[in-house]
Parts: sequence; structure tokens; C-alpha cells
Amino acid sequence: MADFEKKDQPVGDAELHFGPEYAVAERDAGEVISGEIVAGSSLWRDAWRRLFRNKIAVCGMIVVILLTISSVIGPTIIKRANGYTYDSIPKDASLLKSFAPFRGPNGKFSWAHPMGTDNAGRDILARVLSGGQISLMVALIATLVSLVIGISYGAIAGYVGGRVDDLMMRIVDVLYSLPYVILVIVLLALLPAKTPTGQLAELFFALGAVSWLTMARIVRGQIISLKNQDFVLAARATGVSTPRIIFRHLVPNALGPVIVYATLTIPTVMLSEAFLSFLGLGVRPPRVSWGSLAAEGAQNLAIYPWQLLFPGVTMALMLFSLNFVGDGLRDALDPQTKRQ
Amino acid sequence: MAGVSDNGNLLRVRELRVYFETDDGTVKAVDGVNFELKRGETLGIVGESGSGKTVANLSIMRLIPEPPGQIAGGSIEFNGRDVLKLSAREMRDLRGCHIAMVFQDPMTSLNPFMRVSKQLMEVTQLHLGHTKEQARRHAVAMLTQVGIPDAAERIDSYPHEFSGGMRQRVMIAMALSCKPQLLIADEPTTALDVTIQAQILELIRKLKSETGTSVILITHDLGVIAGMTDHVTVMYAGKVFEQAATVELFERPGNPYTKALLQSVPDPTSEQGKLFQIPGQPPDLANLPSGCPFAPRCQRAAEICTREFPPFVQITSNHYSLCHFANEVYAESAT
Repeated sequence: MADFEKKDQPVGDAELHFGPEYAVAERDAGEVISGEIVAGSSLWRDAWRRLFRNKIAVCGMIVVILLTISSVIGPTIIKRANGYTYDSIPKDASLLKSFAPFRGPNGKFSWAHPMGTDNAGRDILARVLSGGQISLMVALIATLVSLVIGISYGAIAGYVGGRVDDLMMRIVDVLYSLPYVILVIVLLALLPAKTPTGQLAELFFALGAVSWLTMARIVRGQIISLKNQDFVLAARATGVSTPRIIFRHLVPNALGPVIVYATLTIPTVMLSEAFLSFLGLGVRPPRVSWGSLAAEGAQNLAIYPWQLLFPGVTMALMLFSLNFVGDGLRDALDPQTKRQ
Repeated sequence: MAGVSDNGNLLRVRELRVYFETDDGTVKAVDGVNFELKRGETLGIVGESGSGKTVANLSIMRLIPEPPGQIAGGSIEFNGRDVLKLSAREMRDLRGCHIAMVFQDPMTSLNPFMRVSKQLMEVTQLHLGHTKEQARRHAVAMLTQVGIPDAAERIDSYPHEFSGGMRQRVMIAMALSCKPQLLIADEPTTALDVTIQAQILELIRKLKSETGTSVILITHDLGVIAGMTDHVTVMYAGKVFEQAATVELFERPGNPYTKALLQSVPDPTSEQGKLFQIPGQPPDLANLPSGCPFAPRCQRAAEICTREFPPFVQITSNHYSLCHFANEVYAESAT
């Protein structure tokens, strides 16, 4: 470990900050010794290497992957194994009540419901996993929207500059100043959804519509600092068109902070979704999300604490892990900001 | 229009004016510059920093940042067509294809996030309509031509894996990919060390003789000018101070500024202790004096110099000098 700090770190730093002399010197030395041409090591590969050296980030990644996989395939497995889903209510009236984890109807130990059941006798494990699907989907789609809109909007504003930039960023400022909860409430009230799926689509739209603002600002800042560099002039001098310069030459150079921010947007959006669902504005029954499960569980907290515990802990675990991954990515992509 | 290009002129810059609006007023970075370039020839442009060399040449490619910059007047005829009247689309087709440029600092002129292959292929895919395979083959051939060993393997490297000299070679390969009629090299060797400088200049000379490309070489190194160019334009304060064939300019300068520049070149064979230096600073382009802009620093300056702007005197058929005493200076240089 101490060896890493001494040897590898400076090289990596030099490469990320385009300190070409160091990097080249290092490579050339390598070439001479090995006698063959070293395969091109991109800035991304160096960042990966740094990311994988970060233990917390790796743990975070593992948890995120495990939770994602179990959310995606878990409900199907449970259905195959036990025959019930997140909204299947048992036919037997005596089962229509909340069982504690690992307890069967007769109060004895049972594998049937590892997280217990809710008031209607529905399996909480199945509900948490299904809820995870919705929560992840909302977060991913809203982040995707924020990437697409935020990058295009910010890049155009930053590159064009002048009055266009002023106008575009003032629009962002105005949207920023609106409290998003009110925005979402108004949006959902104006467009009452006919179906639960429509409701979900509106939630995607509402969260996406507010989540791109910071992304646009970040990208704009990056583009402004990049656009006066020589390679942009060189690209223009070879006749490359403006859209191509923006999206092929400039945006890839700004991707580092964008990736970091996108990774941190996922938990933020997830939390917003949970918050809205908790308030009853988000996902509506019969569909469940971690937020709506927590809302349900909170009502019965005193008697059936597991109804809140499991969705709450799962969500907290996911949020923590995502944040660790985001922090790890930030450190990997920009080692200079890492606190010493 | 066609008649203009018939006498062998590839490029004709007439009365070019490029102004920048700043908080301190209008900076006349280029103010009434004329020069022309015949096919296959090399034109050198010398001058101190801020004399308008780069701005004049960026104007040829219409790459002046607007605002604050603005081409306020004049014409730039390339192949008999006024570049300043072309549409943005036509201009893009011209750039990189017919007029190419090599910049001063190879360290920053390549996109650090793009493989060299992609950057090279972009040019020919754009202008020659190459497919990916064609472009790749062409790029490898170009890299080999500019002297990069193992081009086929190195082409997929990132710019940071190349040294400064190699990167400048890549820039030259990129510039010459479409066999442009005009190559503008803006101080192509300033950021490189001396041995690499010689290699790069030799490369430009070799490629020029192979492809017949005309070259504009911007530099403040008179040694480079002497070795590389057919004609020289000396610029100062956004104006052309002297124009002549290279041999003539070095042997018989007709302008006190050129003389002072030539005197400032260190002579390795002489035993002089102190280097000659032009006293003072280049003038503030936002507040130029009414007379000759060089007058405050000129050893020959007379009373008329601070009062009246000097005339552009034709000394011989293709030797011009911006000076009240052009003919006298020229006569003195003969001895």
C-alpha cells in the first residue's frame, strides 16, 4: 500500500492533468526496458485503476450491484419459489395480518417471509424488491434525462456564450428558484394521470425536469474553461462544424465531472422520489417504491416496526453506497481535489 | 475575378483591418496590411509579439474570435475569391482542406481525450469523404510521411503519449492530410527545443517541395526566415513595415526597424560582449501616436516621424518600406 502512494500516484496525477512531459518520460522508459510498444493507457483506464484502489468505493459498488440484481430478478425468483408477488393478498382470511420476520401463521419459525408481512399479509421482501425496481428505474431515467438535457443545454450555452448564454442560464436560474416539490405537485395536479403507469411517467418527467439544472451549470462551466484551448481552435481550423466541436471534442473533455455528478444525482433523485411517495404524490398503489413502503410502514411503526425497518434500511444502504461510489469516482477522476 | 489569380498569386491580402473592442478602446491589431503569396512560394512574416502576425493569419481562416474581434475592412483573395465574403459553410470547406494551419504549441493543439488516429481521420472523412478504412490508411501514410516510426501501431495512442516534437509532426500530418494549397505555420517551432526545431523545419521544407504547397511562416526567429522563405513581410504595431525578397531584405534592409531587428540577432562568431537591443516597448495598440508607431524607439527618428505617418515607399520593383527615410536607409545599407 505504501508502495502505491510513492510510485503510482504521481504518474497518475501527471496524466490526468495532462502533464505530458512526466507521462511521456515514464512511458518512454517503459518502452526501452520492455522493448515493445506499451499499449495506449487512456485517462479512463488510470481513473479505473484509482477507483478500484479505493476500498469504500469498491464496497459501495458491490452493494449497489447486489441490490440492483436482487431488485431486478428477486421478485421473479420469489414468485417461482413461493408463488406470491408484491401485491398478492393471501386468500385465507386468517393470514390477512402483519407477521413478524421469519414467523409463520402459528407463531413458529418459518422461511416463508424473511422480512415478515404487511397488514394485508403481503410479503415485505417481495415488496421491498419490487419497490427497488421502481425506485431504481425512477432514479436512472431521471438521471438519464438530466444527462441528455443538462449536457446539451449547458454545452450549447457555454460554447455559444454572449447573450444566448445569458438568456439560457437565466432560465435555469428561474427554474432553480422554484421549489421543486411545488413544481412537481403542480405538474401532477395539472396532468392527472389515468393509469398507474401514466402516473409513473409523470413522476419521471417531473423529477427529470428539475434534475438537469445543476448538470447544465456544471457542463457550462467546464465548456467555458475548455473552449479557449488551442485544440478547439485547431479543430475549427480543420473545418470541423460547431455541433461536432461541441459534442465530439468538448463534451468528452468535460465528462469527468459529469460522470461524478450523474452518480451523485442517482441517490438524490431516489431520495426525492421517496420523499414524494412518502407524501403520497409519487408512486401510488398497487405499485410500490421504497418511499411508499416507508410511508406505509411509518403508520404502523409502534406495533410492526419491521414494516418500516426493511424498506428504510434497504434504501439507506443503497443511498450510502451510491454516494460512496460517487465520491470514489470524484477522487479517481480528479485526484487533485482529494483531501490529503 | 479570375484575372487576379492569373499572375500566380494564390493569396492576396489587401488593406486588411482587424479591430478588437476592449475596455481600453479599439485595439487595431491589424491595420491596413497588404501582402501576397505566389503559388509554391514561402512567405515569412516576422515581428515582435503583438505585432499582428497571428491575427492577420487567423483572419485568413476567419478564426478571429468575434466578438470582441472584428474584420473591419479589406479583402483576402484566395484563388481569386474573397474569403471574407464566403458563407460559414463554404468557409468550413476551405479550412483544413485548402488552407491548413499548424499552431505554436503542439502540447495543447491536440485534443487530449481523442486518440491521434481519430483526430487525423476526422480531417479526411470531413473533406475527402473517406470511409473509416480509407481515412485510417491515409492517416497511417501521413504519419509515416512526417517521420513517425511504427505509425500503424502508434496511431491509436493518445496525445499525451507523444513528445512535443512528435505532436508537432502529428499536427503537420493533420494539416497536410488534404493536400492544402496553403499551409499557415504559426511559430511552429517556438515551443520546441533547438534540435527538434531544425527537424520540424526540415520536414516542412521537404513536404513543401514534395507537395508544392505554398507556406506562410510566422516567426520571430530571423534565422528561420533566412533559411526557409522566399519573401519576407516585417510587421510592427499591426502594420507592414517592410516587404522584400528574403535575400534582399537581409542584405539591404530599407527600414530602420528591420535594421534594428537584424542587429538584435546574436552573432556567434563575433566577440561583442553585449547584445544589441531595441530600446523601449512596443506601443499600446489602443492608443497609437499619430506619427510613425516606431518613432519613439527609432535611432533615426527625426521631427517629422512623430508628426506624420510615414508613407509606404516602393524602393525597387518588389521592395517596399514604411518609412519617411526609406530610400536613405536603403542606400546606407548598401555599404
